Amino acid sequence: MSTPTTARPAGTRTRLGGTLYRGREGMWSWVAHRITGVLTFFFLFAHVLDTALVRVSPESYDTVIDTYKNPFVNLMEIGLVGAVLFHALNGLRIVAVDFWSRGPRLQRQMLWAIVAVWVVVMVPGAFFMFKHSFEVLFGAG
Amino acid sequence: MTAVAERPVAVEAPKARTVEVKIRRYNPEISDEVRWVTYRVEAYPTDRVLNLLTKIKDEQDGTLTFRRSCAHGVCGSDAMRINGVNRLACKVLMKDMPAKLTIEPIKGLPVEKDLVVDMEPFFEAYRAVKPFLITGGNPPTKEWLQSQADRDRYDDTTKCILCAACTTSCPVFWTDGSYFGPAAIVNAHRFIFDSRDQGAEERLEILNDREGVWRCRTTFNCTEACPRGIEITKAIKEVKQALLFRRV
Repeated sequence: MSTPTTARPAGTRTRLGGTLYRGREGMWSWVAHRITGVLTFFFLFAHVLDTALVRVSPESYDTVIDTYKNPFVNLMEIGLVGAVLFHALNGLRIVAVDFWSRGPRLQRQMLWAIVAVWVVVMVPGAFFMFKHSFEVLFGAG
Repeated sequence: MTAVAERPVAVEAPKARTVEVKIRRYNPEISDEVRWVTYRVEAYPTDRVLNLLTKIKDEQDGTLTFRRSCAHGVCGSDAMRINGVNRLACKVLMKDMPAKLTIEPIKGLPVEKDLVVDMEPFFEAYRAVKPFLITGGNPPTKEWLQSQADRDRYDDTTKCILCAACTTSCPVFWTDGSYFGPAAIVNAHRFIFDSRDQGAEERLEILNDREGVWRCRTTFNCTEACPRGIEITKAIKEVKQALLFRRV
């Protein structure tokens, strides 16, 4: 058997496993739903542990909570609110897709609607959530 | 009367352009290694991707292997991944495509050679949903009539040509090959909602399996990949609802 005569340009051996499937809004909203779900799960895991500390002693609970009071954790909190908010809104979209007769046809519009709601809530939300950290970092203006 | 053009209409001759077609090649008889091979072909806007593949096979590399039968979007044998999405090569016009194409076999089924995959797992799931009319009692002595509304109920899912573009676009199917997949559910839907059929309960029970409809994550990849424009995610949702409310 002969091998192909066409020269193989350099760099064509990359991504042997195949390229990324170029799905649209539906696929990416599902990916985002998974990621935000896992992030929320890890938060809940840590949250159950630190809250359970109250049973150990209120003092150790306070000590742990005090370590959270810094701008980095503040950023993580904003991320958490963003993740939970997306997960919740997209969850409602999926319920609509499965239970509303026009849901499957309007899934894309519903996605952009929840993204709009997410932005409307997150922009002022993040501003007020980070205000305190900003004042701590750069001094109250 | 036949319409006659009074003046010959000036039609610009379609111009060919050179298109780079990058194809994922694999031939286990030679090597277990997967290769990407790029071919350069002249393509007219009226060409379909399938024409380009045929041209490559005829003129440049006879070892290139792909399936095609009718070449007119009816038989469903040339489903492949073109620039990242599942399409029938015979239905994609080059006028809609950029000058670089990347062609891969459909994902989630074992590749046998180049663009040819083993369709057996796909057909196995199809057969499992009993895609045939199930009736009991005496067969009617006359034609079995059905109202237009009853016929319309499952019209969309009669269009399936079993090309596997939907099933192999599904992220759930890629990671879990035992999921029935969109195509099997579409073909179950076609009979579940047929007023003449009596096997709905049986099929619903099969799809109530943990690898059945509940694995659907509504990513809509199947709906967007279907070359027949079947609203697949909607059909799956209808089967889910029939299971939840036992109402067909």
